[in-house]
Amino acid sequence: MNARLLNLVGLGLVGAVGVAFLVLVPRLFELDVVLELTVYMIMAILALSLALIWGYGGILCFGQSAFFGLGAYTYAIAMFNIGESTVPLLLAVIVPAAFAALLGYFMFYGRISDVYLGVITLTVTLILFNSINSTAGPEFHIGSARLGGFNGIPGIPPLNLPGNKAAPIDLEGMFYLATSALLATYFGLRLLLASRFGRIIVGIRENERRAELLGYDPRAYKLATFTIGGALAGFAGCLFANWGNFVSPTIFGLAQSAQIIIWVIVGGRGTLIGPIVGCIGIQWLTTALGANQPSGGSDLWAKIFANAPLIFGIILIAFVLLVPKGLVPTLGDIGQSLLVSRGKGAKRLQPKRAEEG
Amino acid sequence: MAAPLLQTQDLSMHFGGVRAVRHVNFSLAEGELRCLIGPNGAGKSTFFKMLTGQLEPTHGQVLFRGRDISHAHAHDIARLGIGIKTQVPSVFDGLSVRENIWLAANRLHSGDKTRRVVDEMLERVGLTEAADRLVGQLAHGQRQWVELGLVLATDPELILLDEPAAGMTHEEVNKTAELVREINRTKALIVVEHDMQFIRMIAKQVTVFNQGSVLVEDTVDNIMRNPQVRDIYLGKQAAA
Repeated sequence: MNARLLNLVGLGLVGAVGVAFLVLVPRLFELDVVLELTVYMIMAILALSLALIWGYGGILCFGQSAFFGLGAYTYAIAMFNIGESTVPLLLAVIVPAAFAALLGYFMFYGRISDVYLGVITLTVTLILFNSINSTAGPEFHIGSARLGGFNGIPGIPPLNLPGNKAAPIDLEGMFYLATSALLATYFGLRLLLASRFGRIIVGIRENERRAELLGYDPRAYKLATFTIGGALAGFAGCLFANWGNFVSPTIFGLAQSAQIIIWVIVGGRGTLIGPIVGCIGIQWLTTALGANQPSGGSDLWAKIFANAPLIFGIILIAFVLLVPKGLVPTLGDIGQSLLVSRGKGAKRLQPKRAEEG
Repeated sequence: MAAPLLQTQDLSMHFGGVRAVRHVNFSLAEGELRCLIGPNGAGKSTFFKMLTGQLEPTHGQVLFRGRDISHAHAHDIARLGIGIKTQVPSVFDGLSVRENIWLAANRLHSGDKTRRVVDEMLERVGLTEAADRLVGQLAHGQRQWVELGLVLATDPELILLDEPAAGMTHEEVNKTAELVREINRTKALIVVEHDMQFIRMIAKQVTVFNQGSVLVEDTVDNIMRNPQVRDIYLGKQAAA
């Protein structure tokens, strides 16, 4: 039961690092750093949503940003209409989940092939981008919330303590909330993947036809996976709308959709910690290189570094060619072969994962 | 006389202009073991795919215990009790042997019972030692055993085996024949095979497919003597 022990050690390590991070960051860093880290945590939840449906469910969704954006917009719109955040928060999870269920129903029960699934999900998010983008006029409103078109929705009221409108969550509170939400998501998904449901969806990813011939209906399992992924992305979107008090249609855009996929590829498909690492790493890198500053620096190199799509492109190509499995699985392999060669002398290598190919 | 376990009526499958299976009327009794032979392209695998819901027949019917399953989903047919071992082993390559068998056993059992069934099945197909290895890294023969273990763990009433002895060593063939006979004590089987020695070891009745239809149905010995069968099938093999 060596593998089980290793698994527990890994879980404990993640928990310890997570809690240490949660407790120490606000005490050690200035508010601007805490704010920056908050958005990393939120995006990491979004990365986990794709890690589940692509990495484990085998569903390549190019439009995960659709659910993320829907969550953000739903929260904003509901918040302006309701004023107290409990219901808007729930809606920001339910609406994207329902949308994912509807879309998933037609895709999976219509037996759309994997490639078209990617095309459809991408198209859906771009349609949302274009639709919301063209709602700038005052005639576009839902209740008292103006959609704002390409200008987005500014001044979104923050989350408050459940049921208490007078107690909004402050910036530091957002950090605690986002970090604990990320930890809860991580451990929740670990539980899900260890359950019967989780093992079956991995089986379906490995060989859908075989799973079917054993009596599992892949359509139902994929639909459930996709819906859970949609709900998680929507939740992340709600937190994101809170973080900046602002949401705009670029949240549905191609750049956002592509980023999520890059996080998962870089971190490693088929793991949960990988996409978190990939997401935080890439965001940190783009911030550090100044890519988020609209004008970039003054000299040529600064201008090149400020070109986020270019950097993403280079990172993506480098990883696909050099580290195709992603960071975490590759590090795991290196660690394992070190252990084997040191501990057991010339004993045969551990079997490698078939996914390596 | 008891109603047949499986019956097809006028079963046909056309792919565009190609008529892969035509007007097949086939019947299998409860607990029977039947071999299907026929040259490549005779429609045997297509026939299997229609029985398991992987292909929807162009026309005709498949009746399992009197129930029409011609248009049922593959997963529903599996739940009704038809299991298939495909020609190229269809297994979960990226998972361990134990996890493979677990996925099959989990459909019927839960908790400790599943674990027990998995252990028993690993023992039965001789893979206890390899239980924690990835299936993708096993030899072809062993992957065949994994797939057989998968099928048996779902405890079907009728088991379809598509070339179970293909690519196996002589010893493995003997072991497979023994296992097939053992399975047949409680289950019905249809076995597609080319290896006549293997067929002699397991079968009494043989159905010969040729160009999508049933050419003849008879005992093994009569089939071996049938000049028509020799012509289309055995002759070729003897020459090879």
